[in-house]
Amino acid sequence: MSGVHAMDKLRASVLVRHEVGLHARPSVKLTKLAKAFESKIDLGLSPDGPWVDAKSIVKVMATKAPKDSTIYFRAEGKDAKAALDALVTLVNEDFPDGP
Amino acid sequence: MNKNVGIVIVSHSADVARGTALMVEQMVGRDVPLGWCGGDPEGGLGTNVEAIMAAIDKAWSEKGVAILVDLGGAETNSEMAIEMLPESRRSRVVVCNAPVVEGAVMAATEAASGATLEAVRRTAEELTPA
Repeated sequence: MSGVHAMDKLRASVLVRHEVGLHARPSVKLTKLAKAFESKIDLGLSPDGPWVDAKSIVKVMATKAPKDSTIYFRAEGKDAKAALDALVTLVNEDFPDGP
Repeated sequence: MNKNVGIVIVSHSADVARGTALMVEQMVGRDVPLGWCGGDPEGGLGTNVEAIMAAIDKAWSEKGVAILVDLGGAETNSEMAIEMLPESRRSRVVVCNAPVVEGAVMAATEAASGATLEAVRRTAEELTPA
C-alpha cells in the first residue's frame, strides 16, 4: 500500500546569507517560487517549527528570518523534492533576480 | 498578459501611486497587469472617478481587478468607478481593505501565481488586523 502520510514529508534547511535576511524582496521571490509547485510547502525557523505556509507572502514576510539564520522547509506532494531543491538553491544563491 | 488578476493603485498622491506601482514592478515583476492613479490635474492631492476607471481599464484582466486605496475619498471614488463600469465587468472588480503599499505588493505576489480574485483580495486583507 502506498499513501502519503506525515512520515512522507521531505525536509531541507538552508542558511540565509542575504544581508537583510528574509525581508520584503527575498520573501516575494521565495513565495513566488513556492507557488510554482503543487506540493504543500512549509517554512520554519527551527527544525520543529512552528511552520507557516511557504506560499503565503504575508506569513513568509512575517517570519522576519534574520541574516545568518537557518530556515527549514518541509514539503509533501508529488514535486516535493524538486520544490525543496529549487527553494534551497534560491536561498543559497542569495535570491538572484529571475529571468 | 491577462492570465493574472490585475492590480490598481489609487492614492490621493500621484507620487505615492507611481511609487507603489514601481515597488510592485520591481519586487514582483511585470506579469501582473498594473494600473494606478492619484492626485488632481493641477498637481494637488485628490482622486477622481474617471482616472480610476482608466486605471481599471489599463489593468483589466478577465480574471478581475483588485483595487488598493489609501484614504476615504479614494475608496468612495473607487466604489463609484466600479458602479460605472459595464455590467459584465462590475462583479470582477473589488476594493481591498488593506494598506495601499503593502497590500499592493502582497496582492500582486498572489496574483502573479495565477490566483483567483478572491484569493488575491484575501491575501491583501490578511494584513489588516481583524
